[in-house]
Amino acid sequence: MSSVKPSSGVEASLTALAVSLRDVTKVYDNGVMALGPLDLAVRKGEFISLLGPSGCGKSTALRLIAGLTAASSGTVRVSRHEGEMQIGHGIGFVFQEPTLMPWTSVRENVRLPLKLGGIPKAEGRARADAALASVGLADFADAFPRELSGGMKMRVSLARALVTDPDILLMDEPFAALDEITRFRLNNDLLALWRSLGKTVIFVTHSVFESVYLSQRVVVMTARPGRILADIRIETVEPRGEEFRTSAAYSDYCRRVSAALAPSYAGQLTL
Amino acid sequence: MNAQAPVAAKPSTAHSAVRFVLPLIVFAAGLAAWEIVVRLREIPPYVLPAPSVIFLTLIKDWAVLSQSLATTLLTTLEGFAAASIGGIALALLFNQSKWVEYSLFPYAVVLQVTPVIAVAPLLLIYLEQQTAVVVCAFIVAFFPVLSNTTLGLNSVDRNLAGLFQLYGASKPQTLRFLKLPAALPYILGGLRIAGGLSLIGAVVAEIAAGTAGAGSGLAYRIAESGYRLNIPRMFAALLLLSLAGIVIYGVLALISHLVLRRWHESALGKET
Repeated sequence: MSSVKPSSGVEASLTALAVSLRDVTKVYDNGVMALGPLDLAVRKGEFISLLGPSGCGKSTALRLIAGLTAASSGTVRVSRHEGEMQIGHGIGFVFQEPTLMPWTSVRENVRLPLKLGGIPKAEGRARADAALASVGLADFADAFPRELSGGMKMRVSLARALVTDPDILLMDEPFAALDEITRFRLNNDLLALWRSLGKTVIFVTHSVFESVYLSQRVVVMTARPGRILADIRIETVEPRGEEFRTSAAYSDYCRRVSAALAPSYAGQLTL
Repeated sequence: MNAQAPVAAKPSTAHSAVRFVLPLIVFAAGLAAWEIVVRLREIPPYVLPAPSVIFLTLIKDWAVLSQSLATTLLTTLEGFAAASIGGIALALLFNQSKWVEYSLFPYAVVLQVTPVIAVAPLLLIYLEQQTAVVVCAFIVAFFPVLSNTTLGLNSVDRNLAGLFQLYGASKPQTLRFLKLPAALPYILGGLRIAGGLSLIGAVVAEIAAGTAGAGSGLAYRIAESGYRLNIPRMFAALLLLSLAGIVIYGVLALISHLVLRRWHESALGKET
């Protein structure tokens, strides 16, 4: 956990943190220790992946940051704009499933966070349309979710997370259920969005290849209770594109991350 | 997606036409057989009236029968409205408070499993006749609305609920924008059952009240015609009751289809 660059001075690195977890644990009601103790610091604008075996508490960590569950001990800090009331506390969340309301149009689905936050309808619709345009779905605003493909539904879900202009985007294995070609395209589109919008992204995945391709830092977690096993910085020529996916550097990183991940699975042979 | 619709439409219209025509053919064949048997065997109308006689009776007695139909339909409608509002309101109350649910749910079940025909005479003692009849229709019809609405309100997608929580939705907002729309298909299913049941409740109560004399609904007409051996009129009244039931079901099914057609699986075609 020493990967936060101290180069810009202690003061600067403290204020530049988007999310920090300290000694955080989570114990379920049934007594199962799900997570921790966990220390994690994410700088503003950083793209990090949480990588680990199923059930290691990655999603729980994300839900803790989002405030959807409370930590059993430790502190969770999420940076906010001072004085300004932000819808959803400046956090956008993309679930594993698209999680759209089937009874209303794509535009209304994307507008939901603004509607709940009391933004006037006209402004909300305009912002929803802009968010849809940013994920390439401007023509589908009036469609219903069931009329879209799996990849398109995920894009709608992403547009909804972006519509409040959050500082932090939390993504819980969002592309796990998609076919490989669709996933690659969405990976590229997500990277392009991240470059243009400059959001902090915390991306949960169980795919080594996806984590290396997308993120600046891959945080490898142990099996339950989830702790941090390795923190690997991925440094390459930006912006990344398809050529990175086939480069030697990419496969080197994948090998390193896989090796770091191996102990997490070692204990699970009996399962 | 939309481009597929015209292609899919052709076989589906043909299919629905067949579904519409086949029962009609069966109906016509049944009527013809009935008419022929009655005529050939010269069965007197007070034993079994021919369909043509029933039809003529319907026209001849229309003044009396139509008034009875209106009475029964009004009772049904009042019972249905009370059951819908009561069932949905109680389900919402249960959803807000587990304590209320635990306290009251057993009594809702008791109300449902006690045969209404046995309760009707008691109600007629304690309530004014018209009120008692409506209450009977209500008792029979409200449970499906209650249990379906409860099921629907509890079937909300967990992640969507989490999303509403993340964006700080208030309780009324969650109810209006999430729980009620999610429960809508279930509520409409409950209402469809309740429509037919409130007619049954009204008829049962009318029959129980029949001897009290003041009633003039269709069920009362059936009972009265029975005493007078006016069998064709019994059939005519029965026919009107069936038609009323079919229309009630049809209207509710149509409403349900129109409301859900854009999004719910139950209202979608196979191919789209």
